[in-house]
Amino acid sequence: MAGALTEKRIDWTGIGFAVVLTLVIIFPLVVVGTWAFANVWRYPSVIPQEFGLRYWNQTLARPDVWSAITMSLSLSTVVTFLSALICLPAAYAFARLEFPGRSILFFSFLAGQAFPKFGLLVAIAGIFLTLNLIGTFWGVVLIQLVGTLLFMIWIPVAAFQAVDRRMEEAARDVGASPVRVFWSITLPQAGPTIAAAVLLSFVGTFYETEGAWLIGAPQIRTLPVLMISFINNQPVIQYGAVLSVLLWIPSFIALLFARRVISSGSFAKGFGG
Amino acid sequence: MSVLEIRDVTKAFGATKAVDSFNLTVGDGELVCLLGPSGSGKSTLLRMIGGFETPTSGHVAIDGEDVTRVPPEKRPTGMVFQSHALWTHMNVFKNLAFGLKLRRLPEAEIKRRVEAVLELVGLAGYGHRATNQLSGGQQQRVALARSLVLEPKILLLDEPFASLDQHLRERLREEVRDIQQRLKITTLFVTHGQDEALALADRIVVMRDGRTEQAAAPDVVYREPATPFVAGFIGTMNLVEGAVANGTFTHSGFTVPLPVGDGTATLAVRPEALEIVAVNGGGMAKIHRVTDYGTHAIVDIELPDGTRLKSMTSEARDWSHGQPIDLKPRAFAAYRDNAAIHRSN
Repeated sequence: MAGALTEKRIDWTGIGFAVVLTLVIIFPLVVVGTWAFANVWRYPSVIPQEFGLRYWNQTLARPDVWSAITMSLSLSTVVTFLSALICLPAAYAFARLEFPGRSILFFSFLAGQAFPKFGLLVAIAGIFLTLNLIGTFWGVVLIQLVGTLLFMIWIPVAAFQAVDRRMEEAARDVGASPVRVFWSITLPQAGPTIAAAVLLSFVGTFYETEGAWLIGAPQIRTLPVLMISFINNQPVIQYGAVLSVLLWIPSFIALLFARRVISSGSFAKGFGG
Repeated sequence: MSVLEIRDVTKAFGATKAVDSFNLTVGDGELVCLLGPSGSGKSTLLRMIGGFETPTSGHVAIDGEDVTRVPPEKRPTGMVFQSHALWTHMNVFKNLAFGLKLRRLPEAEIKRRVEAVLELVGLAGYGHRATNQLSGGQQQRVALARSLVLEPKILLLDEPFASLDQHLRERLREEVRDIQQRLKITTLFVTHGQDEALALADRIVVMRDGRTEQAAAPDVVYREPATPFVAGFIGTMNLVEGAVANGTFTHSGFTVPLPVGDGTATLAVRPEALEIVAVNGGGMAKIHRVTDYGTHAIVDIELPDGTRLKSMTSEARDWSHGQPIDLKPRAFAAYRDNAAIHRSN
């Protein structure tokens, strides 16, 4: 009886959501993916007239694409590493210590995200100009570092705060020094959530465009910056599409990695969920 | 052979003194319970002995060695926390082995000692379990084992059974007592449960506002509470304030012969020592309610001014609501200025 009832009840709202989400998320991805592998695709055909890797060959044959990939990867790695180096101890301090100005400092990281970013960047670019940082690798590192602060402070702070203090005290009690407690207890306890923050900051840095463009151009060209110039200068859709697919790769790898490292609740936990 | 000495220890948080000029010596192999309501400073005191708080003034010594400023990792103390505080990213074996590894013991020795202590707490073969696969009682046993495996000179227990249900608490309490007796380990146990303290302790230290109200054997604390506070905190106690004149204590119709000087006094009578006598009209008080517990009954008594007292009787059917009665305390104590001035037994 109950089985028959559940069989008949169809969740139309759920199906509706699924269809809308599919259209909004999957459809553009499919279109871009198709464009990347289309040699010829003219109106009004629904599928490309000719599939092929012609534009991949053309794109990957360009040395500026390869240098942009290298640049993007090294930038993201350096920025994420420096960010972790600076932010994780700071996050621990925010989570565990009381010091004057703690909450004001804590919310100042949010302030950086609360204003229109471009205005802020132009002002910073003015300062960088006098410091001769415009167009340099480290100038871009610096500007992208600022962008990671919010994630790399707020999420680890929540992660550290979620670690039971008694666990740390119990470790002290059995003979572990404070440093040992941090390595053996606090970090493993907060680990999955911090891994999520590191991942977010890596992917976020990889896709960061405004800062890289404003501070780095024309010497420093990251993959997203290169894609913008491709789209602006050459009205061949395939170039943009191929680069889009290329840009998916790091986030795809990151997500695969994330599934292994991060339990599903970690992101939510990081934001106090 | 380990003796814990606490000398004149004070811990102030701002203007408030959580622990105030506290003195205590715990003898070798003794189990002392610190008993008091929340905020009495008992946990703060324990944390100072464990090294997690530093006294504002005073000294803590273990076997004559001053450890007041020694960090927790260098103290020969083992602490069991209320929340068990097991490391959830390690299995049971690793939880127990962590402290031994820090001491750089050989693998085989670590394995032997962990297995021995698991056996001791009744969890032999549980080493590979994850901590969240254990029940609340098992987790607390592992926490106890984690402290015991390091053979501390002083074992500190901070309300270790507070989160467990009554039945389990009683069983673990007995186990802890057995283990403590077998190892002859000097133990300080913090609790706010008087039954726990009465059942476990060689000696109970009743704390209030960071000070000792009474330090004595459980039966002494129960039978001869030193202050009205102790009298009210341990067991059920009727406390009545009244005036003494010409050798008689009076409070709203309730009179008791009390051979002390004139003045005010607080009378303390256990329900089992407060006898009630039926009268035909008049009487010192009226019965408000009778609650039958089968083995005994509790009679709620109301004095003319509304003060309520409790009496324990064997027969519920003899008494009914509104019945006039007289009160005859068989044994009682009287206090004045926070000290006992008279005991009748």
